[in-house]
Amino acid sequence: MELQEAISYLKEYRGRPLTFMEVCGTHTAAIFKGGLRSFLPPSIRLVSGPGCPVCVTPAAYVDKCVEYAMTEGCVLLSFGDMLKVPGSRMSLAQARGRGGRVELMYSPMEAVEKAAAHPETSYVLAAVGFETTAPVFALAVEAARERGIQNLRLVTALKTVFPALEWVCREEKGIDGFLCPGHVSVVTGVEPYRKLAIDYKKPCAIAGFEPEHLLAAILDLVRQSEEGSFQVRNYYKNAVKERGNRRALELTERCFEKGPAVWRGLGEIADSGFYLKGEVSGYDGGSRELREDMALPAGCRCGDVIVGRADPAECPFFGKPCTPQDPYGPCMVSPEGACGVWYRNRR
Amino acid sequence: MEDRITMAHGSGGRSSAELMREVFGRYFRNPILDRLEDAALLELSGRVAYSTDSFVVTPPEFPGGNIGKLAVCGTVNDLLVMGAEPRYLSTAFILEEGLELSLLERVVRSLAEEAAAAGVTVVTGDTKVVEGRGGLMINTSGIGLVPPGREVGVDRCRPGDRILLSGNLGDHHACILSARMEIENGVVSDCACLGELTRALWQGGVHVRAMRDVTRGGLGTVLNELSAGAGAGVCLWERALPVSAAVRGFCGLLGLDPLYMGNEGKLAAVVPAEEGEKALALMRATEQGKDAEIIGAFTDKHENVVMETLPGGLRVVDMLYGEGLPRIC
Repeated sequence: MELQEAISYLKEYRGRPLTFMEVCGTHTAAIFKGGLRSFLPPSIRLVSGPGCPVCVTPAAYVDKCVEYAMTEGCVLLSFGDMLKVPGSRMSLAQARGRGGRVELMYSPMEAVEKAAAHPETSYVLAAVGFETTAPVFALAVEAARERGIQNLRLVTALKTVFPALEWVCREEKGIDGFLCPGHVSVVTGVEPYRKLAIDYKKPCAIAGFEPEHLLAAILDLVRQSEEGSFQVRNYYKNAVKERGNRRALELTERCFEKGPAVWRGLGEIADSGFYLKGEVSGYDGGSRELREDMALPAGCRCGDVIVGRADPAECPFFGKPCTPQDPYGPCMVSPEGACGVWYRNRR
Repeated sequence: MEDRITMAHGSGGRSSAELMREVFGRYFRNPILDRLEDAALLELSGRVAYSTDSFVVTPPEFPGGNIGKLAVCGTVNDLLVMGAEPRYLSTAFILEEGLELSLLERVVRSLAEEAAAAGVTVVTGDTKVVEGRGGLMINTSGIGLVPPGREVGVDRCRPGDRILLSGNLGDHHACILSARMEIENGVVSDCACLGELTRALWQGGVHVRAMRDVTRGGLGTVLNELSAGAGAGVCLWERALPVSAAVRGFCGLLGLDPLYMGNEGKLAAVVPAEEGEKALALMRATEQGKDAEIIGAFTDKHENVVMETLPGGLRVVDMLYGEGLPRIC
C-alpha cells in the first residue's frame, strides 16, 4: 500500500477506539518528528511505553553514581542523557557542579582506554540501557579482563524489555497492540515477541524510524485489531532478522545473568535486569542492591506515563513547573522520554 | 623561545614581550595597532554595529578551520547579518599554561588571514595566561558601519515573507562532534565569513527584512527567535531543508536533529515573498550560498514555528533545550 493510501486509511478510520503502545522512546520522538499524529483520528491513540532506559532507572541508581562521582580518585563515566536524571539528593550534573568528577562518554570502550592510560584513577561506568546496549558493555568488560585492567567498575541498570511488556499486558487492560522497538529488535530478533502476541493476544508490529515504516506498522496494528488477529509483523526487515544478532546475544549471555530489577514507576520485575556474572562479576560496582526508588514528587505521573495510563499532558506538573530545563521526573529528562518529547512538540 | 606557554608569558615581563614579538607582532601589523598605545583611536561616523563573542571550541583545530578562523567568522557574521560592513576587530587571547607555541602560531596566523580576507583590521588586543591544560580561548569584538538605507530587524517580518537558508545544516557541529569522538567521516566545518553572500543580497537590491547567522542552537532555535520577535508564525518545509548525506547519516546514528545543530558559516534571511526567487538566485551564485534553499515562510495561520513534514504531517519546532546530547540506545 502506498504511503498516501495508508494515511487516508488511518485518517478515515471510524472503527472502535484503539490504543497502541509505542514501546520505544526513539519511536515516540520519530512519530512526533514526522508529524504522524496529525494523520490519526481521535479513535486511534498512541501511548508511550517503558522503553526509554533513562526513564525507568530508579533513584538509588543515580545516587550510587553520584556517590562514585564524589569519591576522591574516582571518575564516573556516563552517556549524556543520564546527567540530568534526578536522584534522591542530586543529579550527576549537579554533582559535577559540586566538584564531582563526571565525564561524558560516547562508547564504553573509551572507558577501557582511559582506565588503561590512568591506572591511578578508578573509573566507574554508568551502564544504562536495554538489549541494544548490553552487548557493548559486555565487549568493554571482556576487553578490560583480557588486558588485566583493575581500575574499572560498572554500575549497571541494564534491562531486558520483555518482562516489562508482559507486566504491561497483565496490569494494563486497555492496550490493543504494540509498536515494537526497532533498535532492541535488531538485537533480539522477532522471536521473543511471539510469546507476547500469543499469550496475551496482542498484535505486534516491529518498525524502523522512517515515517513510512512507522505508518505501515501502525496501519498493520489497526488492521490486525479489526480482524481480531495477533501476529508479529516485521516492518524493519532490512535490519531485524528472525533470530536477531546472534553475536550480540551471545556476548550478553556470556557476561550477564538475569535478576530482579526495579523499574521506576513499575516496581520490581523478576528476571528483567542484566548483572555481570562469572569471570567478569568482579567488575560490578554494587549494581544488585540498587532497588530503592525515590518517591516521585506527590502528583508527578511519570509512573502512569510510562505504562500508557496517562498522556504526559495529563500530569499536573507538565510544562509548569516540570520542563526539560528543570525536570521533576525522569520522563522529562531524556530527549526521548515521553514527557520531554511531548513538551518539545506542545502547541 | 620555549615551545610551550608558561606562566612567565603572562607576566608582562621579558617572556611576554618575546611572545608579542615572535607570534602576535608577526601577524598583526597595521598603522592603528603599531602605535602601541593603550587604546585604538578610530574615526567613525554614521550607524555603528558592535558585537562581541567568545570562542572555546574543543578541539582547537578541526577539518575546515581552527579557533582563530572561527573567532573572526563568528563576530564578522554577527555584524554582517545586521546589515553592517565589518571594519575593526579586537582580539583577546586567554592561553592555558602548556599550550604549544606552534599551535598558537597556527591559530594566530589563521585569525590574521581570515580578518584580512573579511576586510577587518585587528586594532587592539590582549593576552592572558592561566593555569590549565594547554588549551586556549579567544574573545573578539567587532565594529561595523551600517550604510544608510539598510534596515534589518525581526520586527519588520510579515506573514508571507520567505525564509532562505544559505546552505547545508549542521556541518560545523557534526565536524566538531566527529573530531571529539574520533570518527573519521569527511565532514568539514562550514566555518566561513559570509560577506560575499550579504553583499550579493544588498547589491542585488533585495529588501532584506532580517538575517541571522545560524550558530549555536541551530536553525530551530533561530526560527523561534525570529517568530517571537516578529510576533508571527513560521511554517518550515522539511522537503526543502538542505542537509548533506554525511551529516544526515551522522545525526541518524547519534539521535541528533540537524535542525538543532550549530553552523559557523550559514545564515537565514527573511525577504518579501515576491523577492524570494531573486534572493535565492543571488545566494546560489556565491560560493557560500550554492546550496541555498527557500525553506519556509512567515504565516498568520500558526502562532509559533511549525514544520510540514515529508509525509505531509505537521509538527511543532521548538527551541533547543539543554545540550544536543547523543542518545544511549
